[in-house]
Amino acid sequence: MKIAVCIKQVPTREWQPRLNDDKTWIREADASFEMNEPDAYALEEALRLKEKHGGEVVVCSAGPSRVAQVIREALARGADRAIHVEDDGLASADAFVTSAALAGAMKDETFDLVLTGLQSDDQGFAQVGVIMAEKLGLPHATIIMEVNVDPSTGSGQAGTLRVKRELEGGWFQWVAMPLPAVLTIQSGINQLRYATLKGIMAAKKKEIRRVQPSLSTGASAGKLRIVSLYVPEKGKKTQIIGGSPAEAAKELVRKLREEARVIP
Amino acid sequence: MILVIAEQRDGRLNRATWETIAGAQQLADVTKAPITILVAGGSVGAVANDLAAAQVTEVATVENAALEPYTPDGFTAALQDAIAQLTPSHVLLPHTYQTRDFAPKLAARLDRALVTDVTAVKRAGGDAAFVRPMFQGKLTADVVPQGPAPHFVTFQIGAYRVEQAVKGVSPAPVRALGVTLDGSAIREKPEPPFQQAKQAVDLSQAERIVSVGRGIKEQANIAVAEKLAQALGAEIAASRPICDAGWLPMERQVGSSGQTVAPKLYLALGISGAIQHLVGMKGSSTVVAINKDPDAPIFEIADYGIVGDLFEIVPAIIEAVGKH
Repeated sequence: MKIAVCIKQVPTREWQPRLNDDKTWIREADASFEMNEPDAYALEEALRLKEKHGGEVVVCSAGPSRVAQVIREALARGADRAIHVEDDGLASADAFVTSAALAGAMKDETFDLVLTGLQSDDQGFAQVGVIMAEKLGLPHATIIMEVNVDPSTGSGQAGTLRVKRELEGGWFQWVAMPLPAVLTIQSGINQLRYATLKGIMAAKKKEIRRVQPSLSTGASAGKLRIVSLYVPEKGKKTQIIGGSPAEAAKELVRKLREEARVIP
Repeated sequence: MILVIAEQRDGRLNRATWETIAGAQQLADVTKAPITILVAGGSVGAVANDLAAAQVTEVATVENAALEPYTPDGFTAALQDAIAQLTPSHVLLPHTYQTRDFAPKLAARLDRALVTDVTAVKRAGGDAAFVRPMFQGKLTADVVPQGPAPHFVTFQIGAYRVEQAVKGVSPAPVRALGVTLDGSAIREKPEPPFQQAKQAVDLSQAERIVSVGRGIKEQANIAVAEKLAQALGAEIAASRPICDAGWLPMERQVGSSGQTVAPKLYLALGISGAIQHLVGMKGSSTVVAINKDPDAPIFEIADYGIVGDLFEIVPAIIEAVGKH
């Protein structure tokens, strides 16, 4: 099985947002970055499938040079090699540009399975995996919580896939489809592994193929234009209760009893 | 024309469809365009009659046995055909799991813009701008879709209220659209939906809920939250990462993939307030947030907030409750 995993590098959860001068994007220089969490689960699932069925895991990422950090991390966790679609314009690209850049770099590889996270923690479009499926001409399923592969037995017979798709409100559904296919993976599908020292050392020798995007990535290339980016306006008037923990706790309990009347 | 794609399962519309109709009516205030609602499925006559109560120009139906059950291949092909016939300026959908499964495919096939998870519509010059969260809700963006029509927009669950959808004085006309659909070309074979386990805990009936998030740090600390829940006469619940880690059972999860709750008191401990969590608890009467990060999005919807270390604050609350 030849499996591609598309990963994105996103600002860390602890990052405090700062805006650029024209307030249409963040100040990247101030940000620290990490692997998008759902993509980390997609990577883990790919590594488990490889352990079960054999083959190769290729990690693919579209972004500026800084993205090499999460590519190295994926290689250290066990991916075999990487494709880095490298371009500064991809840092703030919309889902169409990102998917086109990834699909363009992947189409000659003929993967059996393409995995990615269900959405990214930065722009959060929840589109890239599904658009890639359309661009690669493959069937897909989204928000996946279990993956069962019945690989090809050779002689021109295509393999098949049966996956557990999450629906809303605690419901699930199994969906079968032929390989090759694209899946978007839900966080929590498995338990993540961490890179070992041996893995980190081995990663240094693994191949990272750098390619130029096959399309323009400039602001005019996208289909979405951010005209303004800002800190959200508060919908409710939040009473922030200050003081020492004991004082704040006492005041909160008083307010819940006397103002909101929600505790006895 | 603004086209709303309704979502039905087993002949029943979901609430998100009516919320999207309310969003369409707001967009119509900006663009002055008429609204058509489209519903697709195996048999949608009854649902179409329900939708005709909305104040819209028309309800269009697409009926085909190959659309039942839902598949992304089937819906993409059918809606591509319907959109070619109707030539809308905008196509609006609820941001449900089903929409997330096919809308990007449909927009990609037509090579048109798709703005997802929209919470409001604004006027930006002559255009409509769509407001959406970014960076886990830490920032908000006004986005203007580019390129030729139609522009696809999905509305976040709860962005509008069902009651905001204006009903017409008389039912809108219903029209059946013919589409060509090759059922044998559908590659995905879905099986019937099922629930993982019987939900023994019905959090939707709870009067008070103490809910824990990543800020609880480790499983051993859940006991602190349970003690608080006991002191307040509350049920214990959690955000998704806590249940994923197995620190609390999945049936205690609040959010888009778990339960939707509306207690009198919702006390959020160390929950940042990702939108997937907020959609499950926005209906709570009083929300209390305790978090060390003053910029956590949970504070935007909280009535009372304490910024600080929950491991210092929670024992103090337990003590203060006991002193009554």
